Amino acid sequence: MTPVAQSMRRHPIYGLMAEFKSPEDLLAGAERAHKAGYRRMDAFTPLPIEGLAEAIGFQRTRLPIIVLMGGILGGLSGFGMQYYASVIGFPLNIGGKPYNSWVAFIPITFEMTILFAALSTVLGLLALNGLPTPYHPVFNVPEFELATRDRFFLCITAKDPKFDLEETKKFLAGLNARKVSEIET
Amino acid sequence: MGTVNPQMPVEPGSARPLIGPGHTFGSVTDKISAIVLTKGTPRGWYFGFGIAFLLVMLLHYAMAYLFLVGVGIWGINIPVGWGFAIVNFVWWIGIGHAGTLISAILLLLRQKWRTSINRFAEAMTIFAVSCAGIFPLIHVGRPWLAYWLLPYPNPMGTWPQFRSPLVWDVFAVSTYATVSLLFWFVGLIPDLATLRDRAKQRAGKIIYGVLAMGWRGSAVHWSRYEMASLLLAGLATPLVVSVHTVVSFDFAVGVIPGWHTTIFPPYFVAGAIYSGFAMVMTLAIPIRAFYRLEDFVTMRHLENMAKVMLATGLIVAYGYMMEAFMAFYSGSQYDKFMIMNRLTGPYAVPYASLLLCNIVIPQSLWFKRVRNSVPALFVLSLVINVGMWLERFIIVVTSLHRDFLPSSWGMYYPTRWDWATFTGTIGLFVALLYLFVRFLPMISIFEMRQLVAETGEGRKKA
Repeated sequence: MTPVAQSMRRHPIYGLMAEFKSPEDLLAGAERAHKAGYRRMDAFTPLPIEGLAEAIGFQRTRLPIIVLMGGILGGLSGFGMQYYASVIGFPLNIGGKPYNSWVAFIPITFEMTILFAALSTVLGLLALNGLPTPYHPVFNVPEFELATRDRFFLCITAKDPKFDLEETKKFLAGLNARKVSEIET
Repeated sequence: MGTVNPQMPVEPGSARPLIGPGHTFGSVTDKISAIVLTKGTPRGWYFGFGIAFLLVMLLHYAMAYLFLVGVGIWGINIPVGWGFAIVNFVWWIGIGHAGTLISAILLLLRQKWRTSINRFAEAMTIFAVSCAGIFPLIHVGRPWLAYWLLPYPNPMGTWPQFRSPLVWDVFAVSTYATVSLLFWFVGLIPDLATLRDRAKQRAGKIIYGVLAMGWRGSAVHWSRYEMASLLLAGLATPLVVSVHTVVSFDFAVGVIPGWHTTIFPPYFVAGAIYSGFAMVMTLAIPIRAFYRLEDFVTMRHLENMAKVMLATGLIVAYGYMMEAFMAFYSGSQYDKFMIMNRLTGPYAVPYASLLLCNIVIPQSLWFKRVRNSVPALFVLSLVINVGMWLERFIIVVTSLHRDFLPSSWGMYYPTRWDWATFTGTIGLFVALLYLFVRFLPMISIFEMRQLVAETGEGRKKA
């Protein structure tokens, strides 16, 4: 038996999904789940909810540092390209002006900084979020298509050390949830 | 404030709603996605798109003939080597700037009223930049060699001249196009997921599903998403200022009288925002009437845009004034001649019309009655579009046709090919907009949900 199949046998389901009517119910539920010791969980909402990511234990995104590195790389390569072309690759003496006329190189250096930083923002966002995701088990919950309309979801995955199908189901049902369903893998 | 219906989201200090009463998370989602998914294609859409498509064909025809025969079909000559191509390039790229201003700068300034207009303002930016980008490429004379503008190691052993503003322009405009597209696409991801989940037909599910890339609204994803939006807004803000600055360098770094002035960058940026808001208004007014979106694009939005137009219009007026003042203050006979030639020379009529369209008529925006009249705003926005086009015409043509030596003076008259290319790009712009409103949500759905959430109304009924 392959390791993948083995893990599938251990967790016949991906996790449990609780459905909430409002962002407040979800936020309160997520905080209680975190307090109860659940760690491997996620919440799904049709709009960004302030404090929700923190409530499920997400600390801070590394995105800004990726963008900073991208910007620095862009600026350096922008200036480097112009320096190479004007000083080493193809030096042209124009009215005795210095080959390294750095003042004239600033606009392109600036544009390249912005370009690389913006590309790093988007690629970094997609990479950290793991997008594109061609398949994800949460979509197996029929009501989940309302997660992009007006429904709010909390999911505790089977990988959570504290996960126990019956116990966790009972816990989630006690969170003012409208419905609790099992997620097929 | 006391009489305002508490269900309406109202910013402090303002008594006018940003969204009609009674909307919930579900209702804004359904209303905006229905335009794309369930309402079908209205007959008026085919009619409008058909006309725009004919103009796109005209653009193709004009460009094909240009490639066959060369730039001699245009009215350009020596001394006026920059005719309609550069006029239209600057005009289009300026129009794009309002989209970035609305989506980036107003986001950073936490102006909530941007929510319902930012999506199509951004779309407008991308389409305007697409139209702008055509002109520099086709005006180079040998367009099949336009890639020589880009730096790449080549067997000729040459590199672009990085001290030239024309090369800066290549980088500024291509960066601007790329970043605008990224910003727009990132903004669309959650809404594409909404369309994926709402779509009834298989084709819609697949296409929107692929584009949404598996977005599922995870709280952790949202947290990074909001950070990314802020970062992109922070990057786009200096970018948009730099783009029209670099465009103005195309002129200001040259020594031609009327171009060689330091006021060009700020006054170009203000002019760009001015014309861009006029274009947003020109588009928003018919679209909101046609798709009955008065609940989302309210009078408050139109009035705010009118105020931005008034403010940037005054900056532009100050630019014109300083241009004339500095011409005399400088003591340079060429600069003095340039202004007198604009006022009394062969292009005096376009110059007078420009002052009328850009400065005199828009002063009516001081009156609240004008700012609250939809027909008046629509007419004004058209007038400003024309005025800003004339401004670029005056800058390009009047400075070139009379430079230092009277022996090299000339005149520029646009030919029908100039007009065909220009109207062709208008057709391209409109055709792209028609496709956009038909196939993508023209208002940001998830940001409208956020707007609803702030009232508490959405939660009760959800």
